[in-house]
Amino acid sequence: MSENKNLNSVAALFDTPNKIINAAKKVKEAGYTKFDVNTPYPVHGMDKAMGLGQSKIGYVTLFFGFAGAIFIFLFMGWTMAINYPYIVGGKPLFPFQAFIPITFEVTVLCGSIATVVGMLAVFFNLPFLNHPIHDSNYIKEVSIDKFGVVIEAQDPIFERDKVTEFLKSLGGEKIEYINEPEKEEFKILQPKFILFLVVVAALTSFGTFITLNKLMYVVPFNWMDNQRKSNPQSETNFFYDGYAMRTPVVGTVAKEFMPYPYQGQAQPEVPLANPTLPTEQLLKMGQEKFLTFCSPCHGNYAQGVSRLKGQFPPGPTLHSAKIIGYSDGMIYNIITNGQNAMPSYAYQIPREQRWAIIDYIRVLQRAQNPNPSDFQAIKELNKESGKNAVN
Amino acid sequence: MNIDYTKELALVEGNPRLADIDEIITRPLTQPPTRKYYIALSISSTALLIGAYSLWLTLYYGIGMWGNNIPVGWAFDITNFVFWIGIGHAGTLISAILFLLRQRWRTGIARFAEGMTIFAVMTAGIFPVIHTGRPWLAGYLIPYPNQHLLWPNFVSPLLWDVFAVSTYFTVSLMFWYMGLIPDFAILRDQTVNKIKKTIYSFFSLGWRHSNRHWRHYEKTYMIMAGLATPLVLSVHTIVSFDFAVSLIPGWHTTIFPPYFVAGAIYSGFAMVMTVLILVRKVFDMENIITLNHLERMAKVMLLTGSLVAYSYLMEFFIAWYSQIPAEQYDFWARVVGPYRWAWYFMISCNALIPQLIWFKKIRRSVTVLFIISICANIGMWFERFVIIVQSLSRDYLPSSWHMFTPTLVDFGVLTGSFGLFFTLVLLFAKTMPVISIVETKSVLEGAQPTVHGGSDHE
Repeated sequence: MSENKNLNSVAALFDTPNKIINAAKKVKEAGYTKFDVNTPYPVHGMDKAMGLGQSKIGYVTLFFGFAGAIFIFLFMGWTMAINYPYIVGGKPLFPFQAFIPITFEVTVLCGSIATVVGMLAVFFNLPFLNHPIHDSNYIKEVSIDKFGVVIEAQDPIFERDKVTEFLKSLGGEKIEYINEPEKEEFKILQPKFILFLVVVAALTSFGTFITLNKLMYVVPFNWMDNQRKSNPQSETNFFYDGYAMRTPVVGTVAKEFMPYPYQGQAQPEVPLANPTLPTEQLLKMGQEKFLTFCSPCHGNYAQGVSRLKGQFPPGPTLHSAKIIGYSDGMIYNIITNGQNAMPSYAYQIPREQRWAIIDYIRVLQRAQNPNPSDFQAIKELNKESGKNAVN
Repeated sequence: MNIDYTKELALVEGNPRLADIDEIITRPLTQPPTRKYYIALSISSTALLIGAYSLWLTLYYGIGMWGNNIPVGWAFDITNFVFWIGIGHAGTLISAILFLLRQRWRTGIARFAEGMTIFAVMTAGIFPVIHTGRPWLAGYLIPYPNQHLLWPNFVSPLLWDVFAVSTYFTVSLMFWYMGLIPDFAILRDQTVNKIKKTIYSFFSLGWRHSNRHWRHYEKTYMIMAGLATPLVLSVHTIVSFDFAVSLIPGWHTTIFPPYFVAGAIYSGFAMVMTVLILVRKVFDMENIITLNHLERMAKVMLLTGSLVAYSYLMEFFIAWYSQIPAEQYDFWARVVGPYRWAWYFMISCNALIPQLIWFKKIRRSVTVLFIISICANIGMWFERFVIIVQSLSRDYLPSSWHMFTPTLVDFGVLTGSFGLFFTLVLLFAKTMPVISIVETKSVLEGAQPTVHGGSDHE
């Protein structure tokens, strides 16, 4: 090695393309491996002179192009046929002919991005701004009209004086010794950097604030949303009470709606007749509504066992003789108007569901006081199904 | 006047040295802008501001500000889109197809044409987004897993367009930037200005003109050209599918893809010619962008213009041959209907005027070529106008026929699109080398060795 430990390489300039081709050939023949040729434009035949083979970059294009094609083709098929199957324009769920244009575009996109990025970042290891060759006189001449050979100190047979003589013998001019750049040290806590951090922090906070508080709430042409009218639940100055929403005049009746004739009366004069038939479907609904609205106080089987564990006065049993004796219309009156601690359920349970609950209560009452004929019926049912329903 | 076409004409005139090339091409970058430049820039940026105001009106009040109405739901917006996308086609054609065909004369014009491609696609990209009326919802065009569990409709040509145009833009941009890297490195090595040096260093990525890089670089350039060639043909094909796949009379024809591609190349070359004639004059680049370049471009215009003319005739033949009354009426209405003036514009500018290029005297006259190229630009805009507005205004149901009347905002957006394009072109011409320094050097006389690296000529 030479006396200069920082020496990176020795460079020489040549005038014409012919000279550089010869020089490259000779350098190669002399057995140097870590050398390079710098030319202002690609010189034909230089790859052969330097002993470089074919570029392998094409395989990158091939691989990523095919990968993109296969991915997007399957992806389109997956979205249209599997993830959200939806027939468009009478075409099949997997109209592969219609996928061809996009498959082609994505092939080109993936192939070209991979090639260019792969070439720059992987093959060339760019960006490489602190390479020792930068800012040398050598590269300045090379980028205009000179052609240069550079032999690196890393080369196994590198000897400074020998290389210099060798390059001169080839006709090289302006031999330049290129040194490793001095290591630059950047202190972290220098004022410029701190100022930079502060400015970045301020800009980021401001940007975030504006984005989250202003930009996100910008509504473009919103006059369809904001019309000059009063919406439900909103305020108004027009009416003395300030409510935009008006209540109907007292005694207003909805169209085709018959009000309950015994509203607020404890004892209806002529209780309504039950308009429903206890079908299985209706009883199922009655059971569901009973368990939702009635069972918290009256118990799951209407036995007066509250599910509320003393937090509210328990409702009475519905299996008493008095209640069994009530007509359906009377129970309907109690659900509708309420009684003692029980509030009115008129607003919570629609009419038909109230009748369904009453039908279900009758089922519960019958289950508590069965007729002998009911046992007979159950026995026959068991025979058919082969099970013992009554234990 | 006697030119021997059997020999290759000089690509660069005046026998400059390698160092002169740097000087000629980088001169606009090193000298302060002239008065003419400022006048041009103020005109184009005024147009841009008019466009910005019109666009703001469109976004604030909605696209009711335009003349579009049923049945003419597409009008200036899509006309402008197709027009600008078409302009963009010349750049990739010059840089990719002519590269593969070993047309070395492309070096003088490739960089500028590629730049114009990018600016034209940027301008074009605005129109499909704004014509939806609610551009802030355009993100749904991208297939990403969103909260609505919705995917775009991959069967629709309109979605193909999204992929085609965005791929085209990305690939063109990479192609352009890749070509610029060595030129930025040259600028970096020659400048003495510290700020410029920082910027050029950043964009040149530390390029060092190494032959170990050049060999991959040249291969990559070839691969990119190979990928971009079918791409450029596919883009306008897919644009034409927007029309051809629908059922409107005058749109539903299979001739559209080749017809649109030919028209796109024609209009693109016309625009490149218009701008380059100005640039070579203003920046004294007559030796690099020579009359031979203009003549060759004129020949491409003649070829594609004739293809377009053939397509016009073939459309009429097919309409007659199809025996479909609506189709026949639509084409008859182009000649005698209410939009006949647009059709006459289109026929004269695209089919008749380019035929003048057959004459050598005309195709070697810069002034006449300039006028022809302007005519071609106007004609191609009217071609899209005729296809879109005329066909929509005369569809199957005579009861729904309606004329389209553009509003001031329509014209404002059109003006703005020219403003954006030319502002970007002007800024580009003053900030980057408008001709590839590296490629121009490599085609100079004596730039390539006469001895070879080992074996035969490659």
